[in-house]
Amino acid sequence: MKIAVCVNHVPDTETKVKIAADGQSIDRTGVNFMMAPYDEIAVEEALRMRDKFKGDVTVISLGNEKHKETLRKALAMGADKAILVRDDSERDSYGVAVGLAAALKPLAPEVILFGKQSIDYDDAQVGTLVAEMLGMPSVSVAVNIEIQDGKAVCVREIEGGHEIVEIKLPAVFMAQKGLNDPRYPSLKGIMAAKNKPIEEQVAAPADRLVETLAMSKPPAKAAGRIVGTDKTAVPELIRLLHEEAKVI
Amino acid sequence: MKALVFIEQRNNVIKKSSYETVRAARDVADALDAECIALLVGSGVESIGGTLGRYGASRVLIVDDPALAAHSGTAYAKAIASVAAAEGAELVFLPASQMGKDLAPRVAVKLKAGLASDCIALRVEHGTVIGTRPVYAGKALLDVRVNSAVKVFTLRPNVFPATIAEANVGVQNATVTFSPEDFGAVVTKVEVVVGRPDVTEADIVVSGGRGMKAAEHFSLIESLAEVLGAGVGASRAVVDAGWRPHDEQVGQTGKTVSPSLYVACGISGAVQHLAGMSSSKYIVAINKDKDAPIFQMADYGIVGDVFEIVPELTAQLKQMLGK
Ligand SMILES: Cc1cc2nc3c(=O)[nH]c(=O)nc-3n(C[C@H](O)[C@H](O)[C@H](O)COP(=O)(O)OP(=O)(O)OC[C@H]3O[C@@H](n4cnc5c(N)ncnc54)[C@H](O)[C@@H]3O)c2cc1C
Ligand SMILES: Nc1ncnc2c1ncn2[C@@H]1O[C@H](COP(=O)(O)O)[C@@H](O)[C@H]1O
Repeated sequence: MKIAVCVNHVPDTETKVKIAADGQSIDRTGVNFMMAPYDEIAVEEALRMRDKFKGDVTVISLGNEKHKETLRKALAMGADKAILVRDDSERDSYGVAVGLAAALKPLAPEVILFGKQSIDYDDAQVGTLVAEMLGMPSVSVAVNIEIQDGKAVCVREIEGGHEIVEIKLPAVFMAQKGLNDPRYPSLKGIMAAKNKPIEEQVAAPADRLVETLAMSKPPAKAAGRIVGTDKTAVPELIRLLHEEAKVI
Repeated sequence: MKALVFIEQRNNVIKKSSYETVRAARDVADALDAECIALLVGSGVESIGGTLGRYGASRVLIVDDPALAAHSGTAYAKAIASVAAAEGAELVFLPASQMGKDLAPRVAVKLKAGLASDCIALRVEHGTVIGTRPVYAGKALLDVRVNSAVKVFTLRPNVFPATIAEANVGVQNATVTFSPEDFGAVVTKVEVVVGRPDVTEADIVVSGGRGMKAAEHFSLIESLAEVLGAGVGASRAVVDAGWRPHDEQVGQTGKTVSPSLYVACGISGAVQHLAGMSSSKYIVAINKDKDAPIFQMADYGIVGDVFEIVPELTAQLKQMLGK
């Protein structure tokens, strides 16, 4: 089975966001980048599928030279091949999807995995955009995927429950937490990854459909109030919630 | 100009987030002198459409087909894009619910439209809509403008008010024909946990963290949630420990919630947790460590032991709310 996984290289979740001088993006000085957490889950799922059905796993990232770090990590986890779809500009999700779809098409994968969402722009759209561009069905927020006889049965998270989705292959899946617990790269894997080549391609051009006008910090919260230090504070807390906040 | 709003129904019940979306779309439409059309997709949905007028729809269209009884992302997206194209709608709005987030990118590609996802505010400037959306898990906000001819927006649930103003309106049929290829993905079964609201939809969320010490102590959290009619949330630490299911995790790698009241019990307030709940309207923290970062985010805090405070709070609320 041919499996492809798209992985993004994003700021660490610990990042303290500072707005850059352009007023449109974050200040990247001192920011650590890593593979997006949901994408680790997607890579893990791909490796498990390969181990079950044979075939190979290609990981793809669209972005600048730095994205090789994340591709290298995926290789260290056990992916077979890596492709950097090179683009040094800031694309919107639509542009990222155009570039990824163009790179994925010639590979003709039976399964394409994405993370549920990147943790930078939190768009949660690239996987489904690519699926539609390639004319494939998709399952977003997948917490279980069972492949059998040219189709898959998935469990998809919805508000307050789950949906069981039947889907024909080739198909796109977006990994949600709960699908699996991603492995850490082994020392052997890290060594092996150093020798695996990363293929480079130039990203297909795309228009920018969504334009950023300004980035700002959310309004700072006024300092809260400590109501008390034991259960005698409970009546006052209830009074504040009822009379001041009016939420109960 | 026309604005089309996709209305999510499950079991022919319209979701609250869809009412919020119609109301917000109507406000935008009014500012642009545009018409606000609501679109219901499903099977046997005619009878539920009328109320949408009260939330601001000037017209309600339905795509009603027995084949659409079970949700299919591929087929529903075709229905929305076909109607948007037939009506010449320049603006398309969907709730940023799990269903809306699944459909919006497909609709966007079909209409060659840019998609501004998960907006928490909309405004009209110089005849165009500007959406505000949280990025980096709410640590920053982005104002965006969609430059394509057709523009798609999804709106975060629980943020926009769903106020009733206008009267009921009639429902008209829109015709879309489907072929078997349109059903590439089909929902065969829906399992919904009854009783407690999901954290993303709940008006109040009570969450527990490692300070609860063990899985069985979450009965204290559940009792408090019960009295308040609240959803139950959890920190990643307790999900990873296997004390609570994944779908309760709040935070950067869990769910993003915006309830009116968020009660954090025994949660330290790590940045990744704050990322998922900082847009709550009011936050209460109960933690025995006065220096826990959660207190910087909280409106009201009690520095104390959850095992003392939570049961007392539950008991007093029970009395007050007569439950
Ligand atoms: C990539 C990544 C993604 C992450 N995503 C998420 C996410 O989505 N959501 C999330 O929650 N975390 C996330 N985390 C984890 C996060 O960094 C914290 O580890 C986690 O939130 C801590 O959970 P906690 O507050 O329950 O536990 P702790 O940090 O251990 O805090 C427990 C708190 O309980 C208090 N306490 C103890 N006993 C009592 C008592 N008897 N009474 C009152 N208070 C008491 C303590 O003072 C302490 O403040 C992520 C981390 C990483 C690296
Ligand atoms: N630049 C990128 N390169 C490769 N994959 C990406 C890129 N951006 C997003 N993705 C994939 O698309 C998913 C959803 O991203 P997003 O729509 O940005 O939230 C991510 O989890 C990745 O799997």
